[in-house]
Amino acid sequence: MLKPLNILACGALANELIALKKLNGWNEMNVTCLPAHYHQTPDKIPQAVEVAIDKIHAKNNHDILIAYGDCGTGGRLDSVIEKAVQKTKLNISRLPGAHCYEFFAGSAQFAALHEAELGTFYLTDFLTQHFDTYVWRALGLDRKPELLEMYFGNYKKLVYLAQTPSETLKILAEQHAQTLGLAFEYHYTEYGALGSTLNQTMNVSVPQHRYA
Amino acid sequence: MSEQDDNFDDEDIDLNALPDDELVEQMQDDLYDGLREEVIEGTEILLKRGWSADKVLNEPLVGGMTIVGVDFRDGILFVPEVLSSANAMKGGMAILKPLLSESEGSSAGKMVIGTVKGDIHDIGKNLVWMMMEGAGYEVIDIGINNTVEDYFAALEEHKPDILGMSALLTTTMPYMKVVIDELVNQGLRDKYIVLVGGAPLNEEFGDAVGADSYCRDAASTVDIANALIAARRAA
Repeated sequence: MLKPLNILACGALANELIALKKLNGWNEMNVTCLPAHYHQTPDKIPQAVEVAIDKIHAKNNHDILIAYGDCGTGGRLDSVIEKAVQKTKLNISRLPGAHCYEFFAGSAQFAALHEAELGTFYLTDFLTQHFDTYVWRALGLDRKPELLEMYFGNYKKLVYLAQTPSETLKILAEQHAQTLGLAFEYHYTEYGALGSTLNQTMNVSVPQHRYA
Repeated sequence: MSEQDDNFDDEDIDLNALPDDELVEQMQDDLYDGLREEVIEGTEILLKRGWSADKVLNEPLVGGMTIVGVDFRDGILFVPEVLSSANAMKGGMAILKPLLSESEGSSAGKMVIGTVKGDIHDIGKNLVWMMMEGAGYEVIDIGINNTVEDYFAALEEHKPDILGMSALLTTTMPYMKVVIDELVNQGLRDKYIVLVGGAPLNEEFGDAVGADSYCRDAASTVDIANALIAARRAA
C-alpha cells in the first residue's frame, strides 16, 4: 500500500496535482489548496500555511508536503514549516526551489534561463490560462495601461514553462508576450520537481502494521 | 445634490482660477488620482505665481505623496495606484529639479541607491528614489543588477551619507550581505548608513545582514533616513 500524504498547495498548482493524482492513481493523496492570489501578496503565505497545517493535523496524522517554493516569503515559509514540524512531530517539507518556475523547470535549467536573460518573465500553464486575473488585472494594467513600462521596462523575454503540450496554451502565451512587448520562448517542462517529488514521496511503501 | 453636481468632472476645473490654497489641495487630489498632466499644470501655475521650487515641491507634491504613502501603508491604496501617483509626481519633479539644483546647500543628505546583482525589479527602488528626492536628498540612482564593484565605484565617486540596496527576489536578497561584508572588510562600514528594502525582506533580515535599518516602504525610508542622519550629525 502507499503511504497516505497530505498536500498543502498553492491554488495555482491544483490542476497539476489533480492530474498527477488521477494519472498515478494516488488515492491516498489528500490535496488542500490555498488561494492562488497569494502569489501577489507573499507576506500572507506563511500565516495561511500555518493555519492550514493546524487544520490538516486536526483531521489526521499523515505527513504533509507543502507544494510551494519559497515564493517570495524570504525564508518565513520555511520557519513556519520548521515550527510545525516541532509542534506536530510530523514529516513536513516543501518543494525545492524559490518558486514554482524553478521546480517546474528544474533548478539547473532555471538557473541557466535566469543567467541567459535576467529580464525574463515566466508563465506556467496556470498563469497562461489566468493571465488576465493574475497578471494584467492584478497589476492594475486594466485600469492603468500606462504603467506597463514601469512594470515591464526591464524585461526582455517571456518564457512559457509548459506543463502540458497544449498548442492552444502555447499560442495564448505567445499572445501574452506580445501584449507585454516581450520576446517569446517556449519550454515544455511537464511537472518537473512537482512530479518527481510526489513520485518519490508517494511511492515509499509503508509496511502493514504487523500487530494491528 | 443638484444635477449639475452629479455631472461634476475634475477635468472641468480651471486650475488657473483657483486660489493658492485650493490649488494645492486640488494638486494633492490630482496626485492621489495619478493625473500627471494636471500635476504638471499645477506646478507651472504655482511657479508663475512666484512660489519657490522648494515650496511647490513640499506642499502639493510631497504633501500629496505623503497622503498616498499613508493610504498605501493602511491598505487603502495598492501598488498600481501608488505607481500612478509616483508617475504624476515625476511630472512635477521634472519641472522643479533644474530649479532645485540651483539652490545650493539645501540637501538633506546624499544617497546612492540600486538593486542588487541578479535583480532587475526596480519599482520599489524608484519609489524610494522619488520620495527621498522629494524630502530634499540628493539621490544617485545606479540602476539595476549591481555588483559589489558597482556599489563601491558609486560610493567612491559620490561619497554619499547613505547606501540603499533593494531586492525583490528571495534568491537575490542575500547579496546585500556580500556588499555589507565587503564594506566591513575594507574598514568602510561605519562611513555609510546602509538601508535595505524589498518585498521579501523584514527587520530580522536587515539585522542579520548588518544593515543600519530595514525600510518597509518608500515613506518610511524617508523617516528612517532623517532619523539616522540626524543621529549621525548629532554624534
